[in-house]
Amino acid sequence: MTSDTGDDTIVGRGNRNGAQLFREWYAGLSAAAADDRRAAYVFVMGSLAELLRVFDFPIVFPEINSLQTAVRHAAHEYLNEAEDYGYSPDICGYVKADVATQLRRGQLPMATIPKPGLAVYTNACNTYIKWAEIWERMYHMPTVTIDVPGTRAAGRQTHAGDRDFENDRRYVRAQLEELIAVCERVSGVAFDIDRLRETLGCTNAMNRGWRRLLDLNRSRPSVFNALSDGTIYLGVANSLRGDAAGATFFTELVEEMEYKAAHGIGTLNEEQFRLIFVGVPCYPIFRRFNELFTGSGGTFVNSTYLWFASGGSNVDFEYDLARPLDSLAEGLLVSVRDAMDSMFFQSPILAGMIDDYQADGIVYHPIKSCRTVSTGLADSRRALMELRDVSSLYIESDMMDRRVVSEAQLKNRVDAFFEGLATRRRQPAAVKG
Amino acid sequence: MTSPAVFPAWQGRPLDEVLYECRELVEDTSFPTVRRWREAGGRVVGHFQVYFPEELAHAAGLLPFKVRGAPIEPAHADSRFGSYLCSILKTSLELALSDRVQLDLFVTHPICDAARNLAAVWGRNVPYPAEILYLPQNANSAHAAGYLYGEYQRLQRGLEAIGGRPVTDEALRRSLAVFNENRALLRELYVIKRDTPWLVTADEAYALVALAGLVPREEHNALLRHTLPLLRARSARRQDKIRVVIEGGFCEQPPLDLIRAIGRSCYVVDDDLLIGLRWIREDVPADGDPLMRLAEAYLERSSYSPVQHDLRKPKERMLLERIRAAGAEAAIVMAAKMCEPGLEEQVAYTRALDEAKVPYFVSEFEENMTSYDHLEIQLQTFVENLLFS
Repeated sequence: MTSDTGDDTIVGRGNRNGAQLFREWYAGLSAAAADDRRAAYVFVMGSLAELLRVFDFPIVFPEINSLQTAVRHAAHEYLNEAEDYGYSPDICGYVKADVATQLRRGQLPMATIPKPGLAVYTNACNTYIKWAEIWERMYHMPTVTIDVPGTRAAGRQTHAGDRDFENDRRYVRAQLEELIAVCERVSGVAFDIDRLRETLGCTNAMNRGWRRLLDLNRSRPSVFNALSDGTIYLGVANSLRGDAAGATFFTELVEEMEYKAAHGIGTLNEEQFRLIFVGVPCYPIFRRFNELFTGSGGTFVNSTYLWFASGGSNVDFEYDLARPLDSLAEGLLVSVRDAMDSMFFQSPILAGMIDDYQADGIVYHPIKSCRTVSTGLADSRRALMELRDVSSLYIESDMMDRRVVSEAQLKNRVDAFFEGLATRRRQPAAVKG
Repeated sequence: MTSPAVFPAWQGRPLDEVLYECRELVEDTSFPTVRRWREAGGRVVGHFQVYFPEELAHAAGLLPFKVRGAPIEPAHADSRFGSYLCSILKTSLELALSDRVQLDLFVTHPICDAARNLAAVWGRNVPYPAEILYLPQNANSAHAAGYLYGEYQRLQRGLEAIGGRPVTDEALRRSLAVFNENRALLRELYVIKRDTPWLVTADEAYALVALAGLVPREEHNALLRHTLPLLRARSARRQDKIRVVIEGGFCEQPPLDLIRAIGRSCYVVDDDLLIGLRWIREDVPADGDPLMRLAEAYLERSSYSPVQHDLRKPKERMLLERIRAAGAEAAIVMAAKMCEPGLEEQVAYTRALDEAKVPYFVSEFEENMTSYDHLEIQLQTFVENLLFS
């Protein structure tokens, strides 16, 4: 790709290139499936893609596959199939869509995915562990939990050198060594620490870009929409983690956003309200859901989704390539822990985000499918309202199941929220007279 | 411990009255034993389901109180949570918000995605600390026990601060001995259930186990030492009931009346109800470093549940083994409403039971349910099909 300048070529380049890279990635998975290659099944929070690439595994993200079925309005077919198989309507929709995908021999609307040769997952979401048990039963293949102990209590984060942090780090490091032995056995490829250095270096570049990207959205007007554009960037950040093409993408994306910031080009023509999104998007009506907000001049300047679903790429941490394995263990610990913090202990994080991004409002979107993200949101909102005087909206639906998505009800609530925002904005002016 | 008894009501009473008092206490949502302990100057650690190393709290002079929800309305707690959640989360917090129980520390565990949120929610709503005890979720790592040892050391420091005294190795060994006796007594109760289920009804056995989470273990041991011989000597006639295993009570608990209703149709010869109180299946050795022995026991001498992933203990195989060992003819596979791990495991359980040709009855429950007629009729139909087929 060239380093273009000028509105016509540079603005929108990230979305175009991101979508293209994503299509190519899925095409690669289809090719792997056609060759009957076995993949590493991983999840977005702690994918360890940097390590798995060393062993040449095609990398499959079942969460991304599942959400794509919803975006493409096919999720209900997959959910029904899994429920017919025996799974309850009350469990994670991502899991059920994947069960149906496996029953369909990997067939998805956008690709055919290869079967798993192994599954590697952290405990960032407990459902990851239950999900992997399903593959264990279906395929009798190795599943490896990488247990990443999280923060024990609000405000009690630990850091390198602390006794408890070091206990956690030793545990994570030891599990990585055990994982390497499994990867060598499954792939037949010997571990090469220099290849790990290369992939870690690519992730360092990607994460630098990711952090800069988040910083740039403090601009007024904001340069990208964290909900719509951000989801494209997340797709690349996960699928190409540890890959040179991913690093290049983010370098160029930062260039685009710096250009937009310098020229005052916003993601909306007329940005009226700057919002923060908490939760997981409503994928069954993804575009419409976003339009409920942008139609009233609201844009999402940041989200907890861009933190936890990036696996903690927002954390100011770089792998030390002089000691790759130690550093991978530490990076996994701090980034996955941060991802968990942004779900469980999020109130102070959100308060900081409101200040940094000059947000006018905050939108909580708990979903039926995901207890990890949704369980504490009502209480978190209550706590945040004590920390900051900011408008908030609390709307429930789902990330997969259109049966619990009522667009009309959502619209009513969102419209009322914007009326409140507008009134709030007018009030101080009226007081000043 | 020298504190006065918090549950003296059973002492000197005949068996039926002892069992009546036990059931009454288990169903008492004012938790009088916890209150009495506090009135005597004691401090309390509330630990959410499933497993907690109670020996550590005991060695620090604290009362470990099992937080297992309650059949109450979550009037205050409901607004703290979203929809689509299990009841136990809400009613457990309600116990604290409504002052039914006063704690000095609340500990939850990474058993499921909902429970992991509990430390944060709880911590924002009470004046005392609330934390997560990160029990290892990679039970198959050779380093899990070493990690857990460090995590228990961290927990121990916190408990010492609350108890106001150090937990010495000697104190911990004494606590291990108290809990080893308790484990042996509970195993004996389950032998009675298995071998002579007509001597103890399902709800009676449940109440006897549940008290372990409500009273100091010394008192529980004394109660069981008194009661078990009386149960063995009980004159009760064997009835023509099928022998079943209940699976699905590892976290949220079915109401006692539901267990009683099941017991009217079947002999419950084994179950996973309150499995955390029986998680360690053998004595914890007293030699060496007692904290390390406790950590090892969690991994190496333990039962199974849908919330622990251990490649050595595939849940469906463990259930089949439980059915076989108990000589059961059928299984009742339950799940609490909205309990994701329980609902997911139901699929694996029922498929394995189909394959093994073990009859089973599937149901959902909620701790707050008050009507069992429909479920009881369905269960009776299931039982009659088995008896007359």
